[in-house]
Amino acid sequence: MSDVVHGRLRALLGTGGVERDPAGLPRAIPDTADALSLVCRLAHEEGWKIRIEGHGTWLSADAPADLAVSTRALDQVLSVSPADLVATVQAGTPLEALRRRLADDGMWLALDPPGRPERSLGSIVATASAGPLRHGFGPVRDHVLGCTVATGDGRLVKAGGRVVKNVAGYDLTKLQVGGFGGFGIIAEVHLRLRALPRADVTLVARGTRDTLTSAARDVMAAELVPAALELLSPALGAEADWSLAARFLGTDAAVQSDVRRLAPIAGLAWQPLPPDRTAGFWGLVARGSQGGPITLRLGVLGDGVDDTIDLLAHDLDEGLLSAGAGAGMIRWTGDAPVERLRAVRRSAAAREIPMTLERAPWAVRRALGHFGAYREGVGQIVGRLRDTFDPGQCLQVALEGGA
Amino acid sequence: MMVDALVEALGRIVGPRWVRHRRAELKTYTMDGLPTRESYPGLVVMPGTAAEVREILRLLHLTDVPFVARGAGTGLSGGAVADGEAVLVALTRMNRILRVDPGRRRAVVEPGVVNARLSEAVAPLGLYYVPDPSSQAACTVGGNVAENAGGPHCLKYGVTTNHIAQLEVVLPDGSAVTLGSPHGEPWGPDLVGLFVGSEGMFGIATAITVRLEPMPPSVRTMLADFPTVRAASEAVSSVIATGIVPAAMEMMDRACVAAVEASIYAAGYPTDAAAVLLVELDGQPDAVDAEARIVEAILLERGAGAVRSASSPADRARLWQGRKKAFGAMGRIAPDLAVQDAVVPRSALPDIMDRIAEIRDHHRLSISNVFHAGDGNLHPNISFDRRDPEVAHRVHVACTEIMAACVAAGGSITGEHGVGSDKLDYMPWIFDAETLAAMRAVRRVFDPAERANPGKVVPIHTCREWRAARGHSLVGGVR
Repeated sequence: MSDVVHGRLRALLGTGGVERDPAGLPRAIPDTADALSLVCRLAHEEGWKIRIEGHGTWLSADAPADLAVSTRALDQVLSVSPADLVATVQAGTPLEALRRRLADDGMWLALDPPGRPERSLGSIVATASAGPLRHGFGPVRDHVLGCTVATGDGRLVKAGGRVVKNVAGYDLTKLQVGGFGGFGIIAEVHLRLRALPRADVTLVARGTRDTLTSAARDVMAAELVPAALELLSPALGAEADWSLAARFLGTDAAVQSDVRRLAPIAGLAWQPLPPDRTAGFWGLVARGSQGGPITLRLGVLGDGVDDTIDLLAHDLDEGLLSAGAGAGMIRWTGDAPVERLRAVRRSAAAREIPMTLERAPWAVRRALGHFGAYREGVGQIVGRLRDTFDPGQCLQVALEGGA
Repeated sequence: MMVDALVEALGRIVGPRWVRHRRAELKTYTMDGLPTRESYPGLVVMPGTAAEVREILRLLHLTDVPFVARGAGTGLSGGAVADGEAVLVALTRMNRILRVDPGRRRAVVEPGVVNARLSEAVAPLGLYYVPDPSSQAACTVGGNVAENAGGPHCLKYGVTTNHIAQLEVVLPDGSAVTLGSPHGEPWGPDLVGLFVGSEGMFGIATAITVRLEPMPPSVRTMLADFPTVRAASEAVSSVIATGIVPAAMEMMDRACVAAVEASIYAAGYPTDAAAVLLVELDGQPDAVDAEARIVEAILLERGAGAVRSASSPADRARLWQGRKKAFGAMGRIAPDLAVQDAVVPRSALPDIMDRIAEIRDHHRLSISNVFHAGDGNLHPNISFDRRDPEVAHRVHVACTEIMAACVAAGGSITGEHGVGSDKLDYMPWIFDAETLAAMRAVRRVFDPAERANPGKVVPIHTCREWRAARGHSLVGGVR
């Protein structure tokens, strides 16, 4: 079987477009959106299962399949328009490569997702993994203007557009952002960019969790506008105590104004990070979220952050935990058996808190699903949407858990 | 179902006085804000609760009758207009603010709540609802959700989709489902994001959880006049390139300013300028002061004749009133106003404005331009009299040419008004058949029989897997 698949892929993509993964599975490496769609169509016609891969830095490449499809050769920044602050990039483009490319033109993409800097844009968009900057710049969906997707049966669907404001047609892009590949493989994305801020200042305070969550509420109430306000567990911050990190981005005047007003709040001893350490600090936070095999995220309203951390600490452990104190996004990384994770999802759902499994070995993903504990009626809608975008069920994506 | 039987059955659900079926009663509902689409609905039903909406949609499902949801009818794309086969579900009675949670900055509202009323209601708490379409004094939050409405302040804070956390929806078969979560993190795939902007074709939202934002501690509104539209457009790009994100950047051309200043909404705009730019900054007072100095310097450097700041809240309100009532002011010039809505990449603004002037001159029309310059969202508006068919034809051709120019510049056919029935023909200009077919398939997930707002948004005949639209018999006939 494996040889047949390998042979057919080679016929389709040429010798350079196919290889074998370490376990011997044929791996297609298309370098255009059209080639990607042809691979999907072939798999659909043959009834082969596809494992979607990027650079293999985030989700384990372990879904059982007849072939892997990697987006790593789709790594071109197709266009950048500084005057319009938009860019079109292929899905396999590493975030770090894009960052360097944009910085040359005085621009940036305001996303700091968990994981390694070489994580692909496609992976970030498909998992909707925003980091601490979500507080100031919104979730991943706010940065994606459109995308081109190869469906499970090999159609190319071009959702959205390249302009920052657009309501033409249904917003299919939203389905792809955070769809974990269940509605197709992202080939290209149109991104909304920003001008590089003149000032970038991070201050860190340390203390007990209670002190810091209370201080975070004070910061919010004082109407400061940090780009990030993130609570870090001792393990994630690599400190003896909890940390609260506030990042301010913008013009010098706006940043200085906020920093001045931050100092007296809640009597914390805010330590400004030296400018040359800022990027490193946030890079460690991003990488720290990969320090265990399983990553979860939970969306919590402001005053529920404390309770939800209690819930996680009680049912799992404190783990490598970061919490957007204003944006209410909690990310937990660690290890736990499926049953315990399932119990956490149920407890969270009872409090109106959705829990998304961002990252885990296939056995956990299959058992638990990226999503679950749906509200009544939602599961059927999601199922029918998947049938629409992957009628042959070729894409090995565990949106919902099995029995 | 016979029309009489339907009237009676709906009357049993909502009470007979909330079902309208006489021609004179239906007249109000024959148009929305778009003057060129007119059609009498089969009948109008006005539910007062979510439970009534469920019962209505269940009945229409069982009797296979199409329906169109409608809010205040201020839409500008003919999206809330029904033909004689369909029941119009008017949601204006569902106008209660169900809950406000200031600590969590959320409110839950019924779809018929008027946009501006929501902000007024939460103002004492120091909060507001950000999206502010020009029609906000009349338009409803439900309609805003259907259209993914924008407004001047969306430059910094995003459009409707960025402010909706959760939706309680009645699907076209009458079943109810809750999408999203109070937090905003989707419960599964982002179905709230998919629903917002679906133009009433996926179901009816009966309870909408919106985000509220704290009112900015300080606001500065500045007015600058420019000798050319090009200079003003370049000033806009220069401001954004500094990294400063103004709350709003709005432009009006000479014709628009003239219309405003000749109306009761006169705001003191300079009538001799080719373009007037309104820039608003918000934030902490010292930051706003510092950023205002930077912005003012850029505007002057880019050719502004003068830059003046609103000196008081009343002055600020006056400056904004001129902008917000610009459509009304233009409407006074001639019996009809074709309000256009298109988007171009910001850098294409100067060229597209030149092109619109050419089209205007070629077709001998009166066009005034008002637009969200910061995000490239244009509203070229044509004043005309549709009773003259020859003029109406020229208007139609000019609108088509303007839209073609915007699409050729890499833009989109609508930034905030929606496709409705007005822009169906343009959809294939920006979406290929495969993508249109995917949109239709997604719609059928929510509405397999395609009874919700039939015939809007996706031109079925251009879908790859085209199938003959099923023939609906008239409501009055036996089904």
